[in-house]
Amino acid sequence: MDAKSYAICFKPSSSALKRSNTTRNWYRVAKLEQLKTIGRELTKGSQGGFYQSKEFLDLVKSIGEARSKAEEDRIVLSEIETLKRRISEPDIPKRKMKEYIIRLVYVEMLGHDASFGYIHAVKMIHDDSLLVKRTGYLAVTLFLNEDHDLIILIVNTIQKDLKSDNYLVVCAALNAVCKLINEETIPAVLPQIVELLAHPKEAVRKKAIMALHRFYQKSPSSVSHLVSNFRKRLCDNDPGVMGATLCPLFDLITNDVNSYKDLVISFVSILKQVAERRLPKAYDYHQMPAPFIQIKLLKILALLGSSDKQASENMYTVVGDIFRKCDSSSNIGNAVLYECICCVSSIYPNPKLLESAADAISRFLKSDSHNLKYMGIDALGRLIKISPEIAEQHQLAVIDCLEDPDDTLKRKTFELLYKMTKSTNVEVIVDRMIDYMNSINDNHYKTEIASRCVELAEQFAPSNQWFIQTMNKVFEHAGDLVNIKVAHNLMRLIAEGFGEDDDTADSQLRSSAVESYLHILGEPKLPSVFLQVICWVLGEYGTADGKYSASYITGKLCDVAEAYSNDETVKAYAVTALMKIYAFEIAAGRKVDMLPECHSLMEEFLASHSTDLQQRAYELQAVIGLDAHAVESILPSDASCEDIEVDKALSFLNDYIQEAIEKGAQPYIPESERTGMLNISNFRNQDHHEASSHGLRFEAYELPKQTVQARIPPASLASTELVPVPEPMYPRESYQTTTVPSVSSDAASTELKLRLDGVQKRWGRQTHFPSTSTSNSTSLKTVNGITQVDGSNTANSRTRETYDSRKQVEISPEKQKLAASLFGGPSKTEKKSATGHKSSKPSSHMVKSHAPKSSMEVASEKTSVQQPPDLLDFGEPTVKSTAPSLDPFKDLEGLLEPTTQVSSAVNHSSTAAVTKSPDIMGLYTETTAGAHHKDSDILSGLSNPPMTNMVGGTTTMQVAQSSKGPNLKDSLEKDALVRQMGVTPSSQNPNLFKDILG
Amino acid sequence: MGIRFILMVNKQGQTRLAQYYEWLTLEERRALEGEIVRKCLARNEQQCSFVEHRNYKIVYRRYASLFFLVGVDNDENELAILEFIHLLVETMDRHFGNVCELDIMFHLEKAHFMLEEMVMNGSIVETSKANILSPIQLMDKAS
Repeated sequence: MDAKSYAICFKPSSSALKRSNTTRNWYRVAKLEQLKTIGRELTKGSQGGFYQSKEFLDLVKSIGEARSKAEEDRIVLSEIETLKRRISEPDIPKRKMKEYIIRLVYVEMLGHDASFGYIHAVKMIHDDSLLVKRTGYLAVTLFLNEDHDLIILIVNTIQKDLKSDNYLVVCAALNAVCKLINEETIPAVLPQIVELLAHPKEAVRKKAIMALHRFYQKSPSSVSHLVSNFRKRLCDNDPGVMGATLCPLFDLITNDVNSYKDLVISFVSILKQVAERRLPKAYDYHQMPAPFIQIKLLKILALLGSSDKQASENMYTVVGDIFRKCDSSSNIGNAVLYECICCVSSIYPNPKLLESAADAISRFLKSDSHNLKYMGIDALGRLIKISPEIAEQHQLAVIDCLEDPDDTLKRKTFELLYKMTKSTNVEVIVDRMIDYMNSINDNHYKTEIASRCVELAEQFAPSNQWFIQTMNKVFEHAGDLVNIKVAHNLMRLIAEGFGEDDDTADSQLRSSAVESYLHILGEPKLPSVFLQVICWVLGEYGTADGKYSASYITGKLCDVAEAYSNDETVKAYAVTALMKIYAFEIAAGRKVDMLPECHSLMEEFLASHSTDLQQRAYELQAVIGLDAHAVESILPSDASCEDIEVDKALSFLNDYIQEAIEKGAQPYIPESERTGMLNISNFRNQDHHEASSHGLRFEAYELPKQTVQARIPPASLASTELVPVPEPMYPRESYQTTTVPSVSSDAASTELKLRLDGVQKRWGRQTHFPSTSTSNSTSLKTVNGITQVDGSNTANSRTRETYDSRKQVEISPEKQKLAASLFGGPSKTEKKSATGHKSSKPSSHMVKSHAPKSSMEVASEKTSVQQPPDLLDFGEPTVKSTAPSLDPFKDLEGLLEPTTQVSSAVNHSSTAAVTKSPDIMGLYTETTAGAHHKDSDILSGLSNPPMTNMVGGTTTMQVAQSSKGPNLKDSLEKDALVRQMGVTPSSQNPNLFKDILG
Repeated sequence: MGIRFILMVNKQGQTRLAQYYEWLTLEERRALEGEIVRKCLARNEQQCSFVEHRNYKIVYRRYASLFFLVGVDNDENELAILEFIHLLVETMDRHFGNVCELDIMFHLEKAHFMLEEMVMNGSIVETSKANILSPIQLMDKAS
């Protein structure tokens, strides 16, 4: 009876994948039966080519039949006992030994320690029999890591095997090299491996290349002189070797793009040949020519073409070809398509390819397969950086994914939302993120999403109130997971305020923070980090607005210190906060009555084991005893942002020194002027040069900055201990320039530092847009209406319109509302930004929108000068920062609308805008004639959306043509060149890549 | 380094093959396998074949009683990995003929040999079934 015919199969046909559950159940039942049968059959002695004993078969059978982890553990433990006894017996036949080793592999695979047998695996690699040797190598690579003590015993054998005449032995040794050679042992095998690069067997060459790749991963410097070998192997006759070489090249190029730009042509040519099916049929997978090699090549091209127009132009044709050739009905076809999208969104943008990518994305998103939807969302997130307008076409698909029960898809969609967050939709997105954060238990992901919420809130917060509330929510639910820096940033933000001269707004913010914190303190269990923030803010601003009495605030602080008595940091914050409150009271001339609970708390802290707490308590005691004047100079009110002048020369001691010298003391000689002593600074310089040869470090350890800040007694530092380096406010000019990159690279930057400049700007302008949230949620219909009206003139309007019309029939109102709040704002601004770009004067718009603040003359001059280069710059990655150019633009639009009365439905304008708009009109009419002409052009375009679009449309076409012209020519030339160099596809083993690099 | 590990696990959650391309201690492996197997086995067929777990993305595919799980870096092409799993199964199928869980259990070293040919340093290096299987066939003949 043939066991195999009964065993459950997972024959990998597509029909097998579509098996229904019922058949699978049947298979399960059949399998249980079969396990028994097979066990019985095989124990009778039916053996394959590989020798297997009854014992082994019994082991496998019992492991297979184990019904629980506990049962499995029992089996493995008894197996360990058996092996321990048997494996050290003398004269074990090598086949038997091989089997023992495999049984050891089982033991480790099932989670138990098999280290007692490692040495036998090491011995086995000495064996002459190839199969036994290779099994030995396999076992040692599974058991040992590269720093294991036994490695030293293996290196010798590896060296010997690398010289073997049998190429399979060499291959086995090379496999082990890739897993077991560490940095120190690289030199022992490196020369042999380099020799093997020219081995007649392609399998050996391939593995030798991968061994070098491994060395590069371990220690790049060890193979830096061998990089040319990678280039050479790229033109290997064997496609397998070429394919493997792409792996190290990918890493090399990732680390240093510019040194490999010369290979662009080669990669493109290889990719072209692969796509044209010139590789042996054996590399085909589901009718797709060498898809894994194609994917690797596309990854490499994406790196090489990133912000390199010239390199990218070489790639357009071949990537376009692959887009066309890919079979979108198979998984592997879609995998290659996805890689094409990644490539297209990485290289210098090409309108045609972007269109193909957008088409592919919409196919992914419309598919029923969750896998494809996932890929589509990911791809959308990539493409959105280049063509932001693509998001709105897919808004409903995106929302469906966001609400999908599948967590994977949901997370991916949150990632997309994170990438497309703007000031107009930040509230909806962050609210959703926080809701989701509260619903999950996975701390790893919770941390990630919390830090993203913080980042977005810091960057795009529409109002101070909202910002504080959002941060409260994040801290409340994930306080222990967020970085402590976030808390420090929040404190600094509250302390520094936002407006440059708007003191009332700042004090409102602080009052609302105090208010909300006093409320939150009622909650039972709060994270430590959050409590630190609360204590600090209450200490600094608790009594500032006079709403709460000192005794109320101090009572709350004492409650905190008592309730969280095992958290020393919180207690320290609480004590310092108490000290500040009392100091402010004394400075204001009020009598201080310490609460009884405060007294008992102080008594406790004065005797605390923590020296930090003790010191703080003593300082508090000392401060309370001082008079009002002294207290005010120690702890001035609201001075946490003031610079502290540190008198490094200690000049206040001059009198004292003078006195001492007069009494006959030795004057101080600076270190550098002392003779006969080691010149430390010189020595340090020397040491830098010889650092590699010296075993000891002579330079001083760096000062532990963190602790220094924390340990400095608060009294000497006033109240700034939490604001380490009070940053100066940015002057207006500089923040305009700095905000531009910070907004454009929002997704890329993961820095935790609070971007105060961006926040200031955003919030400074807040007066113009008092109610973004309400306009978003209430003006849904009108927003949609407008996009439709506007859309009818834009290039991509057709798809959206159909989507819109469908939407009106079948989409629930909640979804529409969500869509509008997510995309509604952006869709409008996006369009504007697009016109802003395409009408070839992005910078002029920017300048103009700021113009009311600065000089108008300068602005108009700039318009006329900058026009031509901007046209060419269209779509360049550096210009993809649509955000900065679009926001001022929107400002302008908002200002103009009330007077022109085109679409009164748009809720952007506010009372502030109305009062300002005549001003601007006035400014514009005052400018010179030439500039005026241009300005009025734009103004009329703005007040008349369809016309703007027409202007935008025509320029787009021009741009497309102008960038297409040279492309086409280039690509034709390339094509001809490749054809000249190409080889006939008919030959058996074509010399594919030899000729490319010469 | 794209691929971090390859696991084969049956639907009871028992490991049938494990290959790691970065070193993890026995305890770490045990914990990791437990966590991701629990995650993946709880999912239904309509859901994505991808799961995020810590810094990994797990791409998995089920064949009858056996799950193939591949842990990859974040910037890996998930669909391609999904097809890589299928290629692996096709390759084993060609060698064993109607491959099943038991084939892998009885010939664990052969399954590993195939993986050794296909993946090195966490990168896919060989996708031609003939090239993958030829060393194994040669060894079969020799022994």
